[in-house]
Amino acid sequence: MNSIVPAAVARQPWQMLIPLFVLVGFGAAVLYSAAGGHMQPFAASHIIRFAVFLVMASIMVLFNRDIVRFAAFPAYAGVLLLLVAVEAIGAMGGGSQRWLSLGPIVIQPSELMKPVIVLVMAKFYATLPSGMIPTWRALVPAGALIGVPMALVLMQPDLGTALAIAFGGAVVMFLAGLPMRWFVGAGVAGAVLAPIAFFFGLKEYQQRRVTTFLDPENDPLGAGYHILQSKIAIGSGGFSGKGFNEGSQSHLNYLPEPHTDFVFATMAEEWGLLGGLLVIVIFGIILRWGMLVAKRSNDRFSKLLASGMVATIFFYVAINLMMVMGLAPVVGIPLPFMSHGGSSMMTNMICIGTLMMVNRWNRESPRYGLSG
Amino acid sequence: MVFGKKNRPVVSTATLRNAYDRRSFVIGSVGAGVGMLLAVRMGYIAIAENEKYETEAESNRVNLSLIPPRRGWLLDRNGAPLASNRADFRVDLIPDRLNNPEKTIDILGGLLGLDNTAVQDLKDKVGDARGFQPVEVGSGLDFSQFAAVSVRLPEMPGVVPQRGFSRFYPTGPAVGHLVGYVGPASAEEYELDRNPLLITPGYKIGKDGLEKQFEQKLRGVPGARRVEVTASGRIVRDLDTREDIQGNPIKLTIDGPLQDYAARRLGLESGSVVVMDCKTGDLLCMASMPSFDPNSFSDGIGRVEYNMLSQDERVPLRNKVLKGLYPPGSTVKPMVSTAFLKAGLDPEESVFCGGGLRVGNRVFRCWKRGGHGQVNMAKGIYQSCDVYFYHFAQRIGMDPISEMARRYGMGQEFPLPVTSQFYGTVPDPKWKMEKYGRPWAAFDTVNATIGQGYMLANPLQLAVMATRLATAKQVMPRLVLDSKTPQFRDMGISDEHEMLIRNAMSDVVNGPGTAGRARLPFDDIKIAGKTGTAQVVSLAKSDGKSGPWKYRDHGLFIFFAPFDNPRYAGAVVIEHGGGSGAAYPIARDVMTFMFDAKKGLEQLYSLEKQWGGTAQERLARKYAAFAAQSGEAVPPAPRRDEDIFDRVDAEARAAAQQPVTQATDAAENRSDISDSVIPPPTSTPVSSPSPAPAATVAAPGDEE
Repeated sequence: MNSIVPAAVARQPWQMLIPLFVLVGFGAAVLYSAAGGHMQPFAASHIIRFAVFLVMASIMVLFNRDIVRFAAFPAYAGVLLLLVAVEAIGAMGGGSQRWLSLGPIVIQPSELMKPVIVLVMAKFYATLPSGMIPTWRALVPAGALIGVPMALVLMQPDLGTALAIAFGGAVVMFLAGLPMRWFVGAGVAGAVLAPIAFFFGLKEYQQRRVTTFLDPENDPLGAGYHILQSKIAIGSGGFSGKGFNEGSQSHLNYLPEPHTDFVFATMAEEWGLLGGLLVIVIFGIILRWGMLVAKRSNDRFSKLLASGMVATIFFYVAINLMMVMGLAPVVGIPLPFMSHGGSSMMTNMICIGTLMMVNRWNRESPRYGLSG
Repeated sequence: MVFGKKNRPVVSTATLRNAYDRRSFVIGSVGAGVGMLLAVRMGYIAIAENEKYETEAESNRVNLSLIPPRRGWLLDRNGAPLASNRADFRVDLIPDRLNNPEKTIDILGGLLGLDNTAVQDLKDKVGDARGFQPVEVGSGLDFSQFAAVSVRLPEMPGVVPQRGFSRFYPTGPAVGHLVGYVGPASAEEYELDRNPLLITPGYKIGKDGLEKQFEQKLRGVPGARRVEVTASGRIVRDLDTREDIQGNPIKLTIDGPLQDYAARRLGLESGSVVVMDCKTGDLLCMASMPSFDPNSFSDGIGRVEYNMLSQDERVPLRNKVLKGLYPPGSTVKPMVSTAFLKAGLDPEESVFCGGGLRVGNRVFRCWKRGGHGQVNMAKGIYQSCDVYFYHFAQRIGMDPISEMARRYGMGQEFPLPVTSQFYGTVPDPKWKMEKYGRPWAAFDTVNATIGQGYMLANPLQLAVMATRLATAKQVMPRLVLDSKTPQFRDMGISDEHEMLIRNAMSDVVNGPGTAGRARLPFDDIKIAGKTGTAQVVSLAKSDGKSGPWKYRDHGLFIFFAPFDNPRYAGAVVIEHGGGSGAAYPIARDVMTFMFDAKKGLEQLYSLEKQWGGTAQERLARKYAAFAAQSGEAVPPAPRRDEDIFDRVDAEARAAAQQPVTQATDAAENRSDISDSVIPPPTSTPVSSPSPAPAATVAAPGDEE
């Protein structure tokens, strides 16, 4: 009001956007190095994609609450249909696949499902009468909503994305206020079922990833190679790193996937602990802003939607960083805003766009204590 | 926690909002906790374990390859190499680094003189090759080709000229047994010496002879090349290179040209020649033939060639100087005579030889059936009368004789740097009792006194005996040159007795003795010696001179020259030569070469013409015949003509001895003979006890 900056610019959530730009720019720098000191093929497309999806997010911001609530189930049904289509085409082609080519655009429906599951769960619990929350009617439909896409994604097979869908849905259920004993019971059941699932549910290469995660040095040239090389890259970076474009692990191809799943290791080798802490802190700032947006929103739907989106981004970040540091098995989940790859950029920008949208709703309709 | 009551609690909008606030706080806290955990984990990896991972990253990045060190040379006493290294130039291509394969290969073809087929082959090979594995363009190149490629390197990326070294023995078979050979280390050798150098491709260790004995000293220090490599093994750049340090040379007492001459002079025979320096004990020559070519062993001997060598009844794989054991025959007679003199026998006391002597219930014959008539000590030596020794040995007894035999070096193991020596047997009553549990008998003394029966010695011991007879000093042989002259203890023999024996030995050659044909072709230099013939089987089976080779007598000859002032002494042993007549002409020619190389060579050339070439040429031809017979057309690897090393053959000596006016091309001065001395402190070699004299029948040996 009193500044020369136009109000439309001033009211953007800069406390989140500036760290986000820094992160994307930093990611582009790392990708520049991962390409051996060239903008092509990673860094340039990384920035272009971010710009494109930022425009998309800005458009999302304009949607109002009623439209979004209305669109939840149709969007869920649409993505589910795409998942079925992927399976069908894969089956016809005689193999599994995750991608769907629609003309020039390649879509990965399982990625779209991550934000959409949060949307549909938020819609479900927002419309469910509060008295029915502790009853089976709060659980069974939600379980089906999560279970069907999970099953389809697992058939691809893509364990990482299936877990991400489950995580997003479960966090919304948790925040929706479902009885605590259900979660405790599910935790106990999970602990019992996990070994069974491990031995009967996972493919052999997935099993090997889990076992070598537990003991990577046991098989340094085989399945433990990824984790070991990633730890070598991070560990050899030390406090301040080897310097920009000086990483030997990534430049000499010791580090697998230096531009996608292991981009954090590529970064840490050249920028050291300082770079790593910067990345972690920026994610902290973005996620904290997301939680504040959820907290400030004044209706149940917005709250659940915003916090579910935060959970989805958090899941990406946490699992990826745990993976590159040898705390989790290699599951193939990229690091948001840094890894090269259109699908994950799209998913994460949908999450960011949703949060910005909820942020606008909060601003335009101050808190009444009214909820739906 | 929230719904902890028994009955279902009332759930309202307000309780849900409440629950959301609390649970979102829990989720936020968990998230912050995970963030903290990740930060701490990263700090742990990057700071606490930094050193470990830095090392691992470095060992990923840097590939260290050893450069095998150049092996130290083995030199003869004048500094000419018996074993040297030959530069081995080669050129490789790394297909991945070629900019323009077609053009590069065409240029290379021109530089190396490859024909069209070879160029086309190379192009095909490079087309098929994957990545970084080098493709060989050529090896065994000469220096000018190598230099031509090196100069044009900047315009030919991907071309790698390399210089390696291979072991080279200029005189080949002549030094085979003495020097040994080199080869890649076996698994067992690597177990014993866990040096990474041993498993470096192209590195060879000493496998036999001096190469093996002096392995550590000859080895040198490997160089190293550090390169940066990618995960797939592609070399990105060279980081640094440390040059290798060549192993130390070892200077031997061996006289290279003499060694070559002696080995060649042995010709078609199977035997050995040992020559020693009387003053210092320097072993000037230890030739053992037939032999193998250490060059082929070091290049990796083929199956066919190895079969040829191992099937030969003349055992070319055995060093006969050290591991051939023979009954010394009559060569012991001068030594036995000193034992008689020491026991107080008057050298003029004589015995009548009628062609034999009854000992117990057996008649022991003299080699001369007609008898020698009246024989005193000198005649007993130069005419080699057996009866004289039968008679007086019984009077004096065995113990003084065997004691004297040991003092003259028989049964002795010498402190030489050799892999093994068989040291033979000097029998005496105590030995026989221990070995066979039977008392010593008179006929044992009679046998031993003419070097038959249980007595066994190797040619080196015989040469030492000759040296000690010549000098009356306890000369010790040595193989590594030392500038200090050793002082040897006196044998304790009076000058008068010494002269008597030496004159008698001179008469063997220059007087009315058994080896008149051994005279040297010089007026002023006379050789002294003693013949010996060692029976291999009983007279019933063979007369020792004809019939199957295996049954013929061994021919022996010990000698020193000049007889009045001994400078060189030695022994020649010819296996199954049919008698000493096979041995002393060789001793004569070797000594002739020693004093006049040209004269010696003339003699050798005429003989080699009859035999069909030098030992090396004959071996090559024999191999070709053998290979053809076993149905394999495997030509032995062609040897490159690097003539700068060929200065150690016998011809080099003759060239050097030409008058200065003629010596326009002989650059090397090889005239000085080191007047060095003192036995070097070398390690005691492992030795095997001698086998018992199995086939030798207790019957007197025939003498000429």
